[in-house]
Formats: sequence, structure tokens, C-alpha cells
Amino acid sequence: MKRIKTLSTRNLKNSLKTGGCGECQTSCQSACKTSCGVANQQCEKCK
Amino acid sequence: MIHQYKLNGYNIVLDVFSGAVHSVDDLAYDIIAMFEGSTEDEIVETMLGKYAYDTEIDRSEILDCIADVRELKESGQLFTEDEYERHACDFKNKSCAVKALCLHVAHTCNLSCEYCFAAQGKYHGERAIMSFETGKQALEFLIANSGNQHYLEVDFFGGEPLMNWDVVKQLVAYARSREAETGKRFRFTLTTNGVLVDDDVIEFANREMNNVVMSLDGRPEIHDALRKTPNGKGSYDIIVPKFQKFAKARGDREYYVRGTYTHRNVEFTEDIFHMADLGFTELSMEPVVCAPDDPYALTEDDLPILFEQYEILAEEMIKRKKEGRGFTFYHYMIDLESGPCIYKRISGCGSGTEYLAVTPWGELYPCHQFVGDPKYSMGNVWDGVINIGLRDKFKRCNAYARPDCAECWAKLYCSGGCAANAYHATGDITGTYEYGCELFRKRMECAIMIKVAESEE
Repeated sequence: MKRIKTLSTRNLKNSLKTGGCGECQTSCQSACKTSCGVANQQCEKCK
Repeated sequence: MIHQYKLNGYNIVLDVFSGAVHSVDDLAYDIIAMFEGSTEDEIVETMLGKYAYDTEIDRSEILDCIADVRELKESGQLFTEDEYERHACDFKNKSCAVKALCLHVAHTCNLSCEYCFAAQGKYHGERAIMSFETGKQALEFLIANSGNQHYLEVDFFGGEPLMNWDVVKQLVAYARSREAETGKRFRFTLTTNGVLVDDDVIEFANREMNNVVMSLDGRPEIHDALRKTPNGKGSYDIIVPKFQKFAKARGDREYYVRGTYTHRNVEFTEDIFHMADLGFTELSMEPVVCAPDDPYALTEDDLPILFEQYEILAEEMIKRKKEGRGFTFYHYMIDLESGPCIYKRISGCGSGTEYLAVTPWGELYPCHQFVGDPKYSMGNVWDGVINIGLRDKFKRCNAYARPDCAECWAKLYCSGGCAANAYHATGDITGTYEYGCELFRKRMECAIMIKVAESEE
């Protein structure tokens, strides 16, 4: 597309079928301890 | 739902419910903004007027761009509908498995940091250290309650966990001894202020700890103003050489040098750059958690400065990466291709359900930030979770449980935010700590902008 560049991203709707194993790291456990974010948690299956 | 913003020369469009990220030019940006509420003719006429100065933009060009936007919508990459609310309820009704414990092995500390949410390690209670027997039972509780989870996380926390180092080592050895039989794999984290770091700690941690979190607030005068020894002196000179040795010895293993910024250093990028200049490459810096009337509490007037600081940080990180001296900032880590699935994104932070804190006496709390608040005592490592009503409340605590999150574009990046922050700000874990939300949204905009910038290289 001439005016729109789409980055490669994980399709969240598709992950309804493949996700949910729960093996990923707990959000708060890694480095913050005082706020919450899940965006920086990597999927264990995708590693 | 979409979210559009301009940052560092980029026009960025996020499609919230598919996770798609688009980098667009000005015309596409404006067309997308009008697309859902206007007819094609209205869009064309508006754009012809707005871009009358641009000879390259004519009716045909605008129609082509509208067609592209329509194609993205039809392929589920723009204006995607929210289909996840039902799953948020289903998911939380399913599992009670615990997969992570924050082990408070020492409710005591050898520093006396003024802003400590743990009240200098004591959590408003008595000083105490965890016995091996209590810690062992905590590990058994975790194994027994972890269902089918393979990876189990244990964070050695405090207070200062190195003040109970022998027990930490014994607990690691015990956990390892249980792995083969149980089919579990433990991942350990050590969070330390650095005072007692020595060669034994470094060697053991590098062998056994998946992650080490080292507390440093940045520049000497900033760090020493709040992170003091019990006799009131700053701790910077004691800990920095130890952390430098520790981080170097980590090699490829994970670590973070983690700071706290307050009202006294709202220009916190100076502290992050100082950490980077000390040779640390894995950095985290958090807004202080404290009562609003504390002298170092962040204020509304600080907010625009903090927004600017996050932008400065993002731009400097792009620059330093190009120069070959890049560093990682925890809150700008975002994996667009291999990041969390939708279940992770809608299930909340996990506190009170899959993540629990354990006091030195074996008492269970929803997370480390609730420790010491009797209303939030959940049970103990011998009897398990007794307060089922409280656990159920935490199970329902996600982005879809919070009314304020309904219209927020960032809810699938934060999963509804920190329950403890919400509780302290509003008195209810399903409230929202709006100040924290404002900072979080800014961080996400910057993190995604960095990804867009990298994609343009």
C-alpha cells in the first residue's frame, strides 16, 4: 500500500485458538514490581 | 477500536483488538480518522480541501487510499470489533493454578530507603526472616497448586533477601531436588539492593537465578537522597561497583538495574542515561508508589514533564542503538510478533490467583504490595488459600472488570493495570489508578514508536 505500512504483528484473534497455555512469565515478576504491563511478556510458545 | 497518534515524526495507527500496527502518511492518517463516521464523498471533499496545496493529492489518490483502508478493515487489521469480553469471564472461571510466588525471605533490610513501600522491609509489621521449613512448605504449596504448569517462578524478595542468603540457597537446592520427580522447572529471580553482593552471591546467582533485579536510582545525588544506610549515609558508592561486577558476570543471563523516580527527579532520563553510562544495558525505572502527601509523591504538574521525558528516552534509545551503544528499557520492551496471546492480555496481572506473596511466617497475600494489610490475608502455605471470596474477586480483576478501561485503547497492553495501585488510589482493586494509566499509555506509545522507527530503517 502506497500510504500505509503495516508492521508484522501477532494476530490477537488468531491467538484465541492457539494461546492460553499460561506458561509465560507472570507480569509483575520480572523487573517492575510496582506497575503492570503484559506487552513486554514474551509468549513461551513463540520463543 | 483504533488509536491514532503522532510521535517523533511518525503517524501511527493501532488496531486495538487485532493488535495490528500501521505507520501511515498524513493523508492516510486523516482518512482513517474520518473513515467510520463519514461517507466516502465527505472524506473526499474534506481531503481535497485540506490538501489543496498538494498537487499530488487528487480525487483518484484519495479514493485509492480509502480503498486501502477498507481493505485493511475487511482483512481484520483496522476497526476490528471486540470479541474478547466473553473469554475474559470464561478464562477467569477456569483455572486456579498458582505459578509464581514472591517469597519474602527477609522482612528486614540493611538500607533505610525513605520511599520504601515495604516500610524499610518490615511491611508495617515485625522484623523477621523466613525459616527454611517455611520456605520449603511454600515451594511444596506451589508445586501442589500449580496444576499442569511446567514453569514455576519464585522471586526471592524482601526487605533484602541477601540478609537470609543461606536459606535462599537451601531453598533453591530443595526446589531443584523436586524438579525431576514433579516434572516442574523452577525459574528464580533475586531482587537485591546490592549491599551484601559478593563473589559467592554472584557465582550462585549466575548459576541458579534466571533473573537478577538490582536496585539503583541513577545519579549519585538522586540515589543517595532516598536510598540511605541506617546511619543516614548514601549507599551509591557501596553498591555501584558490586552491581557493575554482577552485571558483567551475568553475561547473556537476564538482569535489570531497576530504579524508582519521584517528584525529586522527574527528569529521570538523566538517571537512566547515567545507568547506561555506568555500563548497564538492561534498565528499568518506575514511578514511585507512595501516599499522595509524601514530599516525593508525583504531582499532576509533573505529568507533562514525565511525558516529555518518556519521549526523550525513546528518541535517545533509537539514537544510541544506531551508534552501537544501545540499551534496553523494560517498559519499552514489546514483542509485536511473539508477544502475549489474547488470554494473557485479558486475564489481568495474576495477583491473588496465579501469583501470590508469602511472608516470612508463611502467610499468603495477593501480591507483595498487599503484604501487611490484614484485609488481604488469603491463607497460608500449610492450609492453602482459605479466603476463596478474595481469590474470586482477584480472578475477576481484569481489563473487562474495570469500567474505566472500557474505552481505553491500551487495555490489551496492560491487561487492566496493577490491582495494588488501583486499591491504593481508589480503595477498590477494580478501580483505576488514572495517573499510572496516563504514564502507561505514554510508555506504550513510545515503545510502539520505537518499533515503527526500527521498521523504517
